[in-house]
Amino acid sequence: MDFTLIFENIGIYFTGLQNTVVLVSISLVLGLLLAVPLAVLLNYGNNSIRLPIRAYIYFFRGTPLLVQMFLVYYGFGQFDLIKDSLLWPFFKEAYFCALFAFTLNTGAYTAEILRGAIKATNHGEIEAAMAAGMSKLLMIRRIILPSAFRRALPAYSNEIIFMLHGSALASVITIVDITGAARIINSRYYSPYEAFVTAAVFYMTLTFIIVFLVKKLEVRWFAHLQPQSNNPAIEAPP
Amino acid sequence: MFSLYGYGPSIFEGTILTLQVSIVSLLIAMLLGMLGALAKLSGTRSLALIAQLYTTIIRGIPDLVLMLLIFFGGQVLVNQIGPAFGYDEYIDINPFLAGILTIGFIFGAYMTETFRGAILAVSRGQIEAGTAYGMSSFMAFRRITLPQMVRHALPGFGNNWLVLVKTTALVSIIGLDDMVRKAGLAAGATRKPFTFYLVVAVNYLLITSISVYLLKHIERRYSVGVRET
Repeated sequence: MDFTLIFENIGIYFTGLQNTVVLVSISLVLGLLLAVPLAVLLNYGNNSIRLPIRAYIYFFRGTPLLVQMFLVYYGFGQFDLIKDSLLWPFFKEAYFCALFAFTLNTGAYTAEILRGAIKATNHGEIEAAMAAGMSKLLMIRRIILPSAFRRALPAYSNEIIFMLHGSALASVITIVDITGAARIINSRYYSPYEAFVTAAVFYMTLTFIIVFLVKKLEVRWFAHLQPQSNNPAIEAPP
Repeated sequence: MFSLYGYGPSIFEGTILTLQVSIVSLLIAMLLGMLGALAKLSGTRSLALIAQLYTTIIRGIPDLVLMLLIFFGGQVLVNQIGPAFGYDEYIDINPFLAGILTIGFIFGAYMTETFRGAILAVSRGQIEAGTAYGMSSFMAFRRITLPQMVRHALPGFGNNWLVLVKTTALVSIIGLDDMVRKAGLAAGATRKPFTFYLVVAVNYLLITSISVYLLKHIERRYSVGVRET
């Protein structure tokens, strides 16, 4: 193994790192924005709204991300309606197609996570909110969503990591993310170990950073559930 | 309806290959998962450490990167080892082998966690009772732990299987003629990519839906005699 060629070409990996981070962050934010209203509607909407949302979630959770990406990147060009529309400049771009597919994918998974979290809301909290005279919207905003987010965090952190790993697929449609960088180095120097092991190290570092950040957030959000022993104010009397 | 501009049979062949890759990978994953779980619970420090390293590394790397590493890396490795044994011709690594090894290896890590949890869920007293009857630890595992852990392992196992089936789509990238690649070839020839990828998507939905149905059935079978809460 000869890692000097990696050091000579480390720049391309950092370009890839930037692309991966930007792609994953934007998809996660947009996916979350999409998922929140869907999850609320799944719990409180009527059947005619719930059915299409269910179908959307079923489709995106039941098919591979790769196929979804191909449907957008290669598939949309099949329709003259899209090709002639103002959207075509966007869907012509691989980057936008990956973003679009990733967002819809993570949106579906996140909606399902949030749906469960909302469903698990304590009845007492809802009754208290109603007794306090809150409207349904106010109750959702102030009572249900904050506690649902908290409950959803462990599952959502898994989803973040899945999205990071799934984003490696972007390299298949010509995007130079971390995997894309590794593929370029591999084809240029025919040195698969160095190229892909470096990519693996990048992904692992990112994964550990995410896990670390989520842990920190968990400590903050679950502060009220921490054992109180380390709080000197409430020590048992002698 | 199944003609699909004449590409229906080709997509069908791809579907069969997808199923083959899935099932063989599942078998490898189950074997590795069982070994991993036993290693983690063995009480031997070094074995537990290796298993821990295995599951941590796998969960930190994207499956595609691992697959490319095994496919391209394996190619180089085989061709470095080949001449050392006096085999001078260029050896092409089989994408089917690279595919099932990678997917089996990845899901072995997930199965390790599932199986570990399931083994731990079998009450300690059961195994002690087995030991009291004079069973060897292997026999106690085979006769007492194994049949009872199935019920606890099934939900996680089912999840892993569903994710595994979808992961097999990656083998199309290393040139294996699964249904995604067949759809790509058909799309190129007919200029109807959306149609073909949608057919493939529906195929995946069919496979996963049938799996969910069967898994429910099996779960019910293995939960006979357990009171529902």
